[in-house]
Amino acid sequence: MWENIKEFASTFFVTGDPLIYGADVAIVLTSIAIVFVLTYFKKWTWLWREWITTVDHKKIGIMYLIASLLMLFRGGVDALLMRTQLALPNMKFLQADHYNAVFTTHGTIMILFMAMPLMFALFNLVVPLQLGARDVAYPFLNSLSFWLFLMGAMLFNLSFVIGGSPDAGWLSYPPLSELSHSPGVGQNFYIWGIQISGIGSLATGINFLVTILKMRAPGMKMMKMPLFSWSVLSSSIMIIFAFPILTVTLALLFLDRFLGAHFFTMDLGGNPMLYVNLIWMWGHPEVYIVVIPAFGIFSEVVATFSKKKIFGYKSMVFSMMLISIVSFFTWAHHFFTMGSSANVNVFFAISTMVIGIPTGVKVFNWLFTMFRGRITISQPMLWTLGFIPCFVVGGATGVMLAVAPADYQYHNSYFLIAHFHQVLIGGVVFGYLAGMYYWWPKVFGFKLDDRLGKWAFWMWNIGFYVCFMPQYALGFMGMTRRLYTYGSDTGWDLGWAPLNLVSTVGAFLMGIGFIFQVWQISYSIRKGERDLTGDPWGGRTLEWSIPSPAPMYNFAVEPHVTTDDAWWKVKEDRAKGIKPAPVKLEPIHMPKNSAIPFIMSVFWFIAGFGFVFDWMWMAIPGLVGVAGCMLARSFSYDTDYYIPVDEIERTEAALRGRTV
Amino acid sequence: MKSKRTGWKLLTILVLSYAVIIAVSVALGWDKFIVLDPKGPVAEVQQKLIILTGLICMAVVIPVIVLMVYIVWKYRDTPDNDAPYQPEWNDSKLLETIWWGIPILIIIVLSIFTARDTYKLAKPPVTDSNPITIQVTSLDWKWLFQYPDQKIATVNYVQIPAGVPIRFQLTSDAPMNSFWIPQLGGQEYSMPGMAMQLWLQADKPGKYFGSGANFSGRDFAHMQFEVESKPQAEFNEWVKEVKASSPELTKEGYTQLAKPSTAKQEFFSSYPDELYTEIVDKNGGIYMKHSDGLNSGSYNGSTRP
Ligand code: HEM
Ligand SMILES: [Cu+2]
Ligand SMILES: [Cu+2]
Repeated sequence: MWENIKEFASTFFVTGDPLIYGADVAIVLTSIAIVFVLTYFKKWTWLWREWITTVDHKKIGIMYLIASLLMLFRGGVDALLMRTQLALPNMKFLQADHYNAVFTTHGTIMILFMAMPLMFALFNLVVPLQLGARDVAYPFLNSLSFWLFLMGAMLFNLSFVIGGSPDAGWLSYPPLSELSHSPGVGQNFYIWGIQISGIGSLATGINFLVTILKMRAPGMKMMKMPLFSWSVLSSSIMIIFAFPILTVTLALLFLDRFLGAHFFTMDLGGNPMLYVNLIWMWGHPEVYIVVIPAFGIFSEVVATFSKKKIFGYKSMVFSMMLISIVSFFTWAHHFFTMGSSANVNVFFAISTMVIGIPTGVKVFNWLFTMFRGRITISQPMLWTLGFIPCFVVGGATGVMLAVAPADYQYHNSYFLIAHFHQVLIGGVVFGYLAGMYYWWPKVFGFKLDDRLGKWAFWMWNIGFYVCFMPQYALGFMGMTRRLYTYGSDTGWDLGWAPLNLVSTVGAFLMGIGFIFQVWQISYSIRKGERDLTGDPWGGRTLEWSIPSPAPMYNFAVEPHVTTDDAWWKVKEDRAKGIKPAPVKLEPIHMPKNSAIPFIMSVFWFIAGFGFVFDWMWMAIPGLVGVAGCMLARSFSYDTDYYIPVDEIERTEAALRGRTV
Repeated sequence: MKSKRTGWKLLTILVLSYAVIIAVSVALGWDKFIVLDPKGPVAEVQQKLIILTGLICMAVVIPVIVLMVYIVWKYRDTPDNDAPYQPEWNDSKLLETIWWGIPILIIIVLSIFTARDTYKLAKPPVTDSNPITIQVTSLDWKWLFQYPDQKIATVNYVQIPAGVPIRFQLTSDAPMNSFWIPQLGGQEYSMPGMAMQLWLQADKPGKYFGSGANFSGRDFAHMQFEVESKPQAEFNEWVKEVKASSPELTKEGYTQLAKPSTAKQEFFSSYPDELYTEIVDKNGGIYMKHSDGLNSGSYNGSTRP
């Protein structure tokens, strides 16, 4: 008996690596600390009522934000581990297996559990306010999306200490990811972590599509909508078309592993190239899913801090929509060298370059928004100005990669790694951070400290170039990606060492940048400049017309919109002495909190965990629980309530009393 | 308005540090940029294309960055700035036409070069000498080379005659990999159950670095191999020598070799007939429509003769 338990534990828990024991201890200690703090301060009910069961988009947004910043930390630590291993040739810091697991979890976490939720955080925090709406179209679903994401992410992260991490790359190409070559449970964690959170992502896409189409304030025609909301629309449409492909692809991979099917093995007529096609039919749109909202953020920021209308609004809208369509026709540029015919390669090369056109147009429109404006370099603007050169270069190297015959030499090399980090960090991360700094006062009621912020920005920005510019050069030196070691240990010394060392220094600079941000946030919580106006930057759109943080119903009275930049217009009218028509408050219809999304997601987690270990006694009850939650929801009728007028009056008086 | 000043200064630093970093990268690596130092016709076409498209891209990128810096400086929000301020100006048909037009033109130019070279490289590099065939198998975690005309085999070392087009046939008896000899030309995937084709040629004698480029599991980092190109006569000598002095590769020997492990260079005076076809077939090649086409061509249109 004891022997059995010991044997089980030694395969169930990851053993043998001091780093992992360290993580075990850290996890246990943190959990104990959290439980202790919550109990000591009697915060359990608060946590349950205010957060776990909430359907308020603003609170859901905050939870997304916290989760994604934690994931940025985990993904960043992974990155630093890798860069440490690569700092010098023949380094003995990480074993091969460990390095392979680390780049796999780094890539997966950064894209799916950092970029996506950070994006959803901004969707949630901003879109309803910008549209003059009281919530998203489906608040209950919204909460479900969040909890599914979190449970998926937790399941994935658990593989670090239980069972073993996936190590077949962030896209897990078969046959490497098949049972034959990855017999452990790591790949199962990968599949189920992504599947569970993927359902949530799809639901979020649908939710925001409907919100944008149906919940705009009266008078806000589509062409009067702020550009960030347009970008969310574009991104949501892509999510709706792309994520089902991912779900199906991973489901088929699971069937291969679980039932011995042969969708992606060459035996019995399957084909791994099918997987490669499918995963990139999701994967390429995915990168545009995450970058387009960043474009939306830059459009808002540039206009606000140039004190000028956005230049070429129509072409901005058109270019985003164009990108969202064309991005579905470029996937094969990820495997020009997989033997497609010359015609196919030419087609995908050109379609890829075509995306460069609308993207280039956007850059010019941002520049000409600043042109003849009055530019203040606040924190959000700083990140925007850091973004433009970075993204322009990243875009240009993207076009270089699209030149199919040349890609035969860049493919799978560090040139590629440098390119995609340049667009993902320079575009997506800088963009979302610009958005975070921009809307932070709206969400939390105070600004983030400027001086610490500048340090963070410069560490990130300079660190970025120091880290990734040398990698373009390493690509030309023949260094391929996913190498855990190089140098005389492998029998070849091609002079990769100095640039790798430089690159590692850059990575640590970015790490320091992140520490500055943590410092900045914790400092500003206590000492940050409070925002009493609700409009700290001189904003142009509706979210700045209400107090910060917004009351739970957002708008006491539905705003009526007549122009674009609706809030700017109101301010202009006020300056001219035009008084807004008096308004009458009415009771506000609100959704009730619900525990079902959380409970259902926990059941998904249980089911997922069961499938990971092939434990049907666990998976089946999990699925039954999911079904039970669905039933419970369809029979619950008491799901909404009204906020009475006098309560609105009291809230507004309290908020406005402070603000005006 | 001190903070605006510093903002501007910092921006200059950004651009400068950018230039410095690129300069340092280039300086540290210049003579080691093997991709830009081609030793055969395929790599040469690719190198020219890389430089050409790189220059075109730079010609766009640099002015845009300069323009940005200029605009940010010129329209900075300081009290004494007397540059024009037009908060409502947000539309200009002429300007928009220009910047839709410029990228379109550039993309057209790039597309033409791309198409030209894609079709060019779909043919074998040189046609006036008889090509030889080398069958390549990626294993966990080593490369096996078979010479069907010479009937010898090698591991992690491949010798080729200089000035002769080589038809590499690629497959895998392990997860997919990608076969890459930067100085001779770009890479191509090697996949189980499939026989891909990659034409390369070395113009002159020399030693070149080759590696697996697509991650294939634990010791992927050790899948590097040596390519040596020799004058035809010396190549023939070498074949004779291998035939005379090396052991045979038997069926069992291959099974051993295919087991997950790393390997040094090895040489075999012979190998089982049909070994390559068997490798392709047992990994599912029998299910491919064209598996009969092993000797006549491949599924790889882009590098097909
Ligand atoms: C904070 C700075 C970052 C550093 C220093 C960094 C570093 C690295 C390194 C060293 C690799 C592995 C290269 C290899 O061995 O092949 C890698 C891969 C990757 N990174 Fe990052 N990274 C950073 C941020 C990001 C971000 C923000 C994203 C996405 C939003 C991202 C996405 C990826 C992906 C998708 C891969 C490929 C993983 C794979 O090969 O399967 N990284 N990164
Ligand atoms: Cu792509
Ligand atoms: Cu194939």
